[in-house]
Amino acid sequence: MQLPDAEVLVREMAQKLKPFITERSALVGIHTGGVWLAEKLHSLLGQGMPMGTLDVSFYRDDFGQAGLHPNIEPSSIPFDVEGRTIILVDDVLYTGRSVRAAMNELFDYGRPASIILAVLVDRGGRELPIAAQVAGVRLDLKAQQNIQLNRDQQGVLSLSLHEKNQKN
Amino acid sequence: MAFLSKNPQLSQNGELQHLLTIEGLSVGMLRHILDTAESFVGVSERDVKKVPLLRGKAIFNLFFEPSTRTRTTFEIAAKRLSADVFNLNIGASSQSKGETVLDTVDNLAAMQADMFIVRHAQSGAAHFIARHVAPHIHVINAGDGRHAHPTQGLLDMYTIRHYKKEFHNLRVAIVGDVLHSRVARSQIHALTTLGVPEVRVIAPKTLLPAQVERMGVQVYHDMATGLKDVDVVIMLRLQNERMRGALLPSAQEYFKSYGLTQEKLALARPDAIVMHPGPMNRGVEIDSNVADGKQSVILPQVTFGIAVRMAVMSILAGH
Repeated sequence: MQLPDAEVLVREMAQKLKPFITERSALVGIHTGGVWLAEKLHSLLGQGMPMGTLDVSFYRDDFGQAGLHPNIEPSSIPFDVEGRTIILVDDVLYTGRSVRAAMNELFDYGRPASIILAVLVDRGGRELPIAAQVAGVRLDLKAQQNIQLNRDQQGVLSLSLHEKNQKN
Repeated sequence: MAFLSKNPQLSQNGELQHLLTIEGLSVGMLRHILDTAESFVGVSERDVKKVPLLRGKAIFNLFFEPSTRTRTTFEIAAKRLSADVFNLNIGASSQSKGETVLDTVDNLAAMQADMFIVRHAQSGAAHFIARHVAPHIHVINAGDGRHAHPTQGLLDMYTIRHYKKEFHNLRVAIVGDVLHSRVARSQIHALTTLGVPEVRVIAPKTLLPAQVERMGVQVYHDMATGLKDVDVVIMLRLQNERMRGALLPSAQEYFKSYGLTQEKLALARPDAIVMHPGPMNRGVEIDSNVADGKQSVILPQVTFGIAVRMAVMSILAGH
């Protein structure tokens, strides 16, 4: 399968996001791929907008089965969430569970006026009633396929597709 | 003797099942706990100081020996993870009616306990309980006799890393009653495991365990040489009953020789930090000027202790 160029998709996402942006907007990226994207969008969309990061490990619903994620980054929301329009950014939207966890965490910082979900890839397969307002691309992937965002040493983003191992 | 080499804290796949002592844990495991704690620090700084990780878990504080601070920090940590916490002051209840430790534990397990935080005056008590409980129950040692106090040791390591960034270039001095101190034992195991090249203990002979050098420390009997050029000074609490046991002449004498004053601290590196596990005896092991001074990180230790205990609880409960 020919995968789209992630860098092109990010620029398109920035265009699609423009109508949603007000002076009360803030970008929040979900670790790790969502943070890379949020950083790119931040430099494309500007400048005055505050940016934060979330690691949703403490809010995941699979802790009982999977335990604690091995590499947790601290969440950092260096602005008041109260009354903000939050642009929540993630790399891949699949089951919707990470977004659910992220929204729960955001509400522990305050009550946003609204949350807009922006993702690079919407791959379908939702298990929760969650939808992205802005998606770079919509792909129809099989359950055993895994799409992943990568960042090289120059900071260039790219997508790759993997077949899942049996044990996953 | 295979059963002796098996670490009772670890599951068959090497995951942390209980936290009983720092001795025998790998550097990777210690770093994993410290890294996890770092991501919990931010939780305590938010308006909503809570994450839903351990929602619905029942955690029992099983304190066979009185302690307010340690019990409270475990309680706060558990509550910030959304667990339900039950404080049992055992000395005052069943034990005085003659119930054995294991009967107490079995009764609580029958109430669907998920985790026990155990403090006991007898060394090995937490190990004993850990061996006895069903595999889904986790045990954290909150201090057993003179043996170990691993979460205190870990929070001290967190504090050192916070201020000094790395371990491999440090000189650390532990001052005071090492003989009776489970905290000192846990600190020494943690410091040597994390690669601190020079760990010193400074104490009169009567307050050092026999052959303490075998733990990988250098022994000093006076502050003037022992504190020279150290990066970290860890003061230990001097328990008052030691004076009655004829190990020491008097509190005043002890303070003169081993109490930390600004004057003695000046021998350490100018950016040295001063730590104390609390509760402090001002004017016995530490002068108020030092305890409240610029180099003191005693209160940050308490704050970091919450995050470290949250990390330990969530790592255990995830296995």
